[in-house]
Amino acid sequence: MHLKYESSTREPLVEGNKTYHQVTEDICKPIEQKPSRLWYIGFFFSISLLLFGVFSVFWEVYWGIGVWGINRTIGWGWDITNFVWWVGIGHAGTLISAILLLFRQGWRTGVNRAAEAMTIFAVMCAGQFPIFHMGRVWDAFYVLPYPNTRGPLWPNFNSALLWDVFAISTYFTVSLLFWYSGLVPDFATIRDRAKTNLRKRLYGLASFGWTGTAKNWQRHEALSLVLAGLSTPLVLSVHTIVSFDFATSVIPGWHTTIFPPYFVAGAIFSGFAMVQTLLIMVRKIFKLEEYITLAHIERMNKVIVLTGSIVGVAYLTELFMAWYSGVEYEQAAFQWRILGPYWWSYWAMMSCNVISPQFFWFKKLRRNVPFTFIMSIVVNIGMWFERFVIIVTSLYRDYIPGSWSYYSPTWPEVGFYLGTFGLFFTCFFLFAKYFPVIAIAEIKFILKTSGNNYKEKMAPIEEKSVEEFAHEMEHAH
Amino acid sequence: MAIKKFAVACYDDEAVLFPAIDKVRNSGYKLHDVYTPFPVHGLDQAMGLKETDLHIAGFIYGITGTSTAVGFMSWIFTKDWPINFGGKPHFSLPAFIPITFELTVLFAAVGMVLTFCYLNQIMPGVKKHVFHPRQTDDTFVVAIELSEHTSEAEVLEFLKSTGANETNVQVAESEWWYGRFDKKEAYELS
Repeated sequence: MHLKYESSTREPLVEGNKTYHQVTEDICKPIEQKPSRLWYIGFFFSISLLLFGVFSVFWEVYWGIGVWGINRTIGWGWDITNFVWWVGIGHAGTLISAILLLFRQGWRTGVNRAAEAMTIFAVMCAGQFPIFHMGRVWDAFYVLPYPNTRGPLWPNFNSALLWDVFAISTYFTVSLLFWYSGLVPDFATIRDRAKTNLRKRLYGLASFGWTGTAKNWQRHEALSLVLAGLSTPLVLSVHTIVSFDFATSVIPGWHTTIFPPYFVAGAIFSGFAMVQTLLIMVRKIFKLEEYITLAHIERMNKVIVLTGSIVGVAYLTELFMAWYSGVEYEQAAFQWRILGPYWWSYWAMMSCNVISPQFFWFKKLRRNVPFTFIMSIVVNIGMWFERFVIIVTSLYRDYIPGSWSYYSPTWPEVGFYLGTFGLFFTCFFLFAKYFPVIAIAEIKFILKTSGNNYKEKMAPIEEKSVEEFAHEMEHAH
Repeated sequence: MAIKKFAVACYDDEAVLFPAIDKVRNSGYKLHDVYTPFPVHGLDQAMGLKETDLHIAGFIYGITGTSTAVGFMSWIFTKDWPINFGGKPHFSLPAFIPITFELTVLFAAVGMVLTFCYLNQIMPGVKKHVFHPRQTDDTFVVAIELSEHTSEAEVLEFLKSTGANETNVQVAESEWWYGRFDKKEAYELS
């Protein structure tokens, strides 16, 4: 006898009275209906942002990188800030899908599909920035180690920037494979219940002909587990390598060993905030409150307060080390960050990232949806400022006071950033319309242990004594 | 490619499925396959399937990635085009670690997914017979392959006795083929 039991002290992960079929119905409904007016408005707004971004990039490519506000002192500005910010956002998706799978956290099933989609779209956005920052973007393929007629001249494998090329492209590929391998059975579900021929045909293609045999599922489980095992160190390595872009240089404010863990914590922090922003909207628009419950939101808020506090400790450690190292350049860099011309960015970062998440120590606030939504945006603003502070306020006053400078973005830079928002949300709107936003098969897998109606049935068992229960189980077949 | 005759039993709960599979295996009928809408733990043992070796394949792909990365970078920096970076050794292994790690993961993941598709025979454009439209929704399907000598009525009777809430006999392609899910196949129409 297979008893599916989970203590009733754990909150149910699926609310309401759900059967397997009801789960399918609820999650497939947005795909099979005409999209709402809200969807159209959002989608076309995103498309227009994307087009503006394309125009901004076209302007930059046509005239050269001089149309941006960066200069000889401040070689990295909004572009690399946005790159690090977007990559960081991606990390929560992999954390939810991979690390929480290894830790056997059942609550990941409600949010992993959308979070992984977010990862993929965020990495797509991130990748644009270093590519167009190269200036002569038509030579971007020079970073790849391919046999060429210039020697062959190879890229420098000792450079952190090249490590980044490998890290980001691997991260994108592996996340995509992981995400899609989970989607295949769900596409099969949509295909088999499709009413129109076009839907049958397209989802038939997308589902790769999946039918769900026992052997296929066994391999699917093995694949998910190994991919999770691979993605876990991968996600940690990616932001570590991004931090190497800074940490392996000799710029005061960058040259620190704390960067890898500090960047990874910050990435998860901002990523979870973005997951909250998206999922609070998704659960509202598609009426999926029974699958993305308050319990899910609260758990993610706990991760936010934890990682936010780690980030806070890292900020203070940086300050302490600047003082304790006795290096006057390091000390000057931090003094100017706090009190220099960019003081506002430092204090925006501090208040958004260190002070504001502390509200989540209160359970009432952790379970308050509007508050969480506002906080998720505040955190992402803060994390954007963190990258801006690290990059610009380490560069703007270098070793020669004569070359000290100040930096503000120009419209093509801002447009480029807005354009990646357009790309991100265009992809996300299409995803929300055509893809199952919650992993259908995975929800069914946990339904009998963590579904509300099944948990209620377990109440009589909890009242039994251990001996009585063990005796019954022995004889039941 | 082989068109065969199947007796199909549908169950609405995995708790009914397990004893039913036991009975089918003991009955001597040829169990073709079991289809479930989500992974049911213990089903592979109940059917007597072997544990998959997919993770071993993944390990081999990973090792291939590791050696490709280390070998390639070492060859380039020591033999093909040695560059002097501030007098540091040409064979600078610590600096190779990030790319080596990334290629290990990349090879393992891509290799495993391709192997997964190959073993499961899934690919865009591949079509397989779907015994019940709700086998990917909430129905657990057991298909028994019938020979010329099996009595259909007897099998269906037996399947009903195992707790199936729906039974029927279907003539179907047992393997995969290239096809479209919006088109019926010739054998389905006849």
